Amino acid sequence: MMYNDKVKEAFANPKNVGFIEDADGVGKVGNAACGDIMEISLKIKDDKIVDAKFRTFGCAAAIATSSTATEMVKGMTIDEALNLTNAKVVEELEGLPPQKIHCSVLAEEAIKEAIEDYKKKNGK
Amino acid sequence: MSQDRCIYLDNSATTYTDPRVIEEMLPYFGQVYGNASSQHFMGRQALKAVDEARAKIAKAIGAKPSEIYFTSGGTESDNWAIKGIAHAKADKGKHIITSCIEHPAVMKTCESLQKQGFEITYLPVNNEGIINLDDLQNAIKEDTILITIMTANNEMGAIQPFKEVGAIAKSKGIVFHTDAVQAIGNVPIDVVKDNIDLLSMSGHKFYGPKGIGVLYKRNGLKIERFMDGGEQERNLRASTINTPAIVGMGKAIEIAVEDMAKNNAHISEIRDYFVKEVIANIDDIYYNGPKDNSKRLPSNANFSFKYIEGESILMRLDMAGIAVSSGSACSSGSLEPSYVLLSIGVPIEVAHGSIRFSFGKNNTLEEAKYTVEKLVQTVDVLRKMSPLYNK
Repeated sequence: MMYNDKVKEAFANPKNVGFIEDADGVGKVGNAACGDIMEISLKIKDDKIVDAKFRTFGCAAAIATSSTATEMVKGMTIDEALNLTNAKVVEELEGLPPQKIHCSVLAEEAIKEAIEDYKKKNGK
Repeated sequence: MSQDRCIYLDNSATTYTDPRVIEEMLPYFGQVYGNASSQHFMGRQALKAVDEARAKIAKAIGAKPSEIYFTSGGTESDNWAIKGIAHAKADKGKHIITSCIEHPAVMKTCESLQKQGFEITYLPVNNEGIINLDDLQNAIKEDTILITIMTANNEMGAIQPFKEVGAIAKSKGIVFHTDAVQAIGNVPIDVVKDNIDLLSMSGHKFYGPKGIGVLYKRNGLKIERFMDGGEQERNLRASTINTPAIVGMGKAIEIAVEDMAKNNAHISEIRDYFVKEVIANIDDIYYNGPKDNSKRLPSNANFSFKYIEGESILMRLDMAGIAVSSGSACSSGSLEPSYVLLSIGVPIEVAHGSIRFSFGKNNTLEEAKYTVEKLVQTVDVLRKMSPLYNK
């Protein structure tokens, strides 16, 4: 698989690995049969994401996009994070092989689901 | 990423070309470059070398030189054998028996014939990846024209009961083809004693060059020609004879057969050590394929690691300078888990986490040790990232 150096680095030394035990929102997407599951937990204060962690079962691209996406949403308001598209995550990684683009879609979906979870819990 | 190690554990994908093979090939590029089909002295010199290589290859499998046909590789040999027999015998019947763990070169060829109206039976395998001879007996019908069963599987090294298949096929008067691409140099084969009518092999799997293969076809067996054009290979396979590659393949098979016992002992010692250490040091794994080493290629070890995905394992080992393959090398660009592993009952989510380690004659115990160390670290790191792992 031809990954660029930025993707390789994000995969080799991923940031934000883990699960926030007192998370305000959790999103979990994908399924094991398809070979990838992404779980993102968020700590949110005053509608602002103060911490983000991930746990991912998947290929190098899935892990790299999880790391990058969680890094990107930290400090964003929830509205900004809802506007984070998979294309922006791919751009941040300076590109992914075409057959791996779906991994970045999972990252976008997991973040959206985590924010929806937060909204639901907080009656928003 | 620093890469001070280079440990090649993908010998089932391809092997390095043995320096003795390269040396043997060299004169046939710049000096003896005549076309082996030409009548002049330059052509005759090339032809002599081709004839010698043909004789070496024939001898290695107990065949006659006139039964050896050069092709571009294992895939072409498989395509030719299966399509060539199907079309030559279509008036006698349209039923072909194969297995569900064949290499894509056989699988896709059968699928293509299915679209043309042939009926294909895919024999199942047991949980070690081996076909059942009763299933074979039961699958045979009046109109069965061909049985094509691989000698040994490329993903988990399962050696099939090819001699028994040969005997059954002979007793029923059905043509038997075997894809021996992974077996040559590892498993002794005698096409006469083993009742093999057609056999495919590929030069680069046993320390020979890439781009050259052989189809052995028993004399007297009618087959349709695969490549139209000139009259090379007794008018059955057109295309200019690839003299350097043929010379290399001849030398490679000669060395492979001569050193088979020695290489198998060395390679299986390393493999056995590796398997023992992996099982002792990593929990929640499947060791895929035969547990009994006499039913398994000495080079092969295939594991599924629960809760993590194969490509991630491959990439982390890659960063540590270790080359392995995930599932089947041919699937490394695909997202589907290996159909071979699914067929032995590995659950789909676990099949995604499978790695094939295939050892070669130049690997060392020290390399196996280093690989175990890196593998333990890799599995640990990836499991800590996995939402499926809760320990």
